[in-house]
Amino acid sequence: MNLTAIVAIYRFEMARTFRTLAQSVISPVLSTSLYFIVFGTAIGSRIDQVEGVAYGAFIVPGLIMLTVLTQSISNASFGIYFPKFIGTIYELLSAPASFLEITAGYVLAAATKALAIGLIILGTAFFFVDLTIAHPVWMLTILVLTCLSFSLFGFIIGIWAQNFEQLQLIPLLAVTPLVFLGGAFYSITMLPPVWQTVSLFNPVVYLVSGFRWSFFGMADVAVGWSILAIFGFLLACLAAIAWIFRTGWRLRA
Amino acid sequence: MSAILSVDRLTKTYASGFTALDGVSLDIREGEILALLGPNGAGKTTLISTICGITQATSGRVSVGGHDTITAYRAARELVGLVPQEINLEPFEKVINTVRFSRGLFGRPRDDAFLEKILKQLSLWDKRDQPIRSLSGGMKRRVLIAKALSHEPRVLFLDEPSAGVDVELRRDMWAVVRQLQQDGVTIILTTHYIEEAEAMADRIAVINGGRILLVEDKDALMRRMGRKEMRIDLREPIAHVPGALADFGLTLEQGGARLVYAYDRQATRTGIVRLLTALSEAGITVADVETRQSSLEEIFVGLVREGESA
Repeated sequence: MNLTAIVAIYRFEMARTFRTLAQSVISPVLSTSLYFIVFGTAIGSRIDQVEGVAYGAFIVPGLIMLTVLTQSISNASFGIYFPKFIGTIYELLSAPASFLEITAGYVLAAATKALAIGLIILGTAFFFVDLTIAHPVWMLTILVLTCLSFSLFGFIIGIWAQNFEQLQLIPLLAVTPLVFLGGAFYSITMLPPVWQTVSLFNPVVYLVSGFRWSFFGMADVAVGWSILAIFGFLLACLAAIAWIFRTGWRLRA
Repeated sequence: MSAILSVDRLTKTYASGFTALDGVSLDIREGEILALLGPNGAGKTTLISTICGITQATSGRVSVGGHDTITAYRAARELVGLVPQEINLEPFEKVINTVRFSRGLFGRPRDDAFLEKILKQLSLWDKRDQPIRSLSGGMKRRVLIAKALSHEPRVLFLDEPSAGVDVELRRDMWAVVRQLQQDGVTIILTTHYIEEAEAMADRIAVINGGRILLVEDKDALMRRMGRKEMRIDLREPIAHVPGALADFGLTLEQGGARLVYAYDRQATRTGIVRLLTALSEAGITVADVETRQSSLEEIFVGLVREGESA
């Protein structure tokens, strides 16, 4: 096990975060704060409680998920796409490091950054709304697992992408709609029965629901399914990455 | 000397159907500098990329220090450093951090004293805290070398190290490479500057069309293939070569002020004495005589042409 390589990649990636602190941390925090002001304080005050929770507080888990998902994907996809783009990938491919080690370095760094942003947003939320966390340990567990699994997913996108447009394509066309339709801003029980069933095919529903459960103790789907879904996604991504490195797909000529 | 790197019937056919390497076999001896010469598209970079694990071989095998580059890739790759042809560097990162990253990536524990030594050797120490994009092209190339040396490799690949580097820097680089050789590093160099191979290499390999045409000690190659030339400067220019000297195949240069005689140094009779006698008999007064050996460049061009016409 080349632990030193994992640490080297992790440090190098985190250095990029600190170098670009403003765009890395401040901008997602700012945009989420705007959501709080608009949906939580301004419009939220005219919306009824959702299943006993004030709307401003109700959207907090969904907002954190929205940011954490997009951040995990963009951090990890950029992290591996950039070396491909500027050519420094040669060093990774010629290093005595396995696919697991290279992936671990990039994914852990991307997940760390996403987790930090998620926690900062949570901290910011306390300034806007009254919030209690029913299951803090589960809250953190779900958050960490989400950061890890979507960083893995982002890593795959970064390897797949052959230009900057493709790098943005999946986050923009798939992830954002899935999160918005995944109950980030509403409970799927508010939907007509048909759309409730359709929603169950949206993986993000399980994430948001499980995460919201950790805050308020209520969920759209049983929390066990949420945890299972996250693990399933994590394993699927790992399997895809193992295949990519074994075959050299989009990496080795 | 034993082989530290062994390439055995290596073949690489790209998805497009283009065969870049066509059964290359090559043994690199420990501690030598081998210059790999070949025209553009000959397979030099593909060969290096395949040895280093950046490109997947279609068939054949490579071992470094006795370790197979596929089945024992960790042990093999730890021994190898690569300086790529293109300047591929993270532009926003500081010099010292990218070099430190490379060392870590290759599994070596942090050793700032060693990195300081390398950076000083490459005249990069003063620039260590500068972002890479602020460096000149030559300095960036040095950063690539520093990265490749950061994990103390036993074998170093230099792919066109002096492309886009000015003369002074090139000579500095040669000094660095010689120092590395003294430290026991084996060096494989690809280059377009044949002068570079001539100045540095112990052995020359010529590759073209994905095949190794020749591997030979440089001096032996120069001796074997080197034609010698004698330039005879005349006191009085002549209009044409006198008929009595027709057998020597002389050419007239510089408006008749110089006669050039090509001969084979290996031949038992070079004909020099006979020529000089014939000149004086023809009443031509010699002002100066100079001999020179044909350069590696001429040898190389000859070889590649020969290979293409075969």
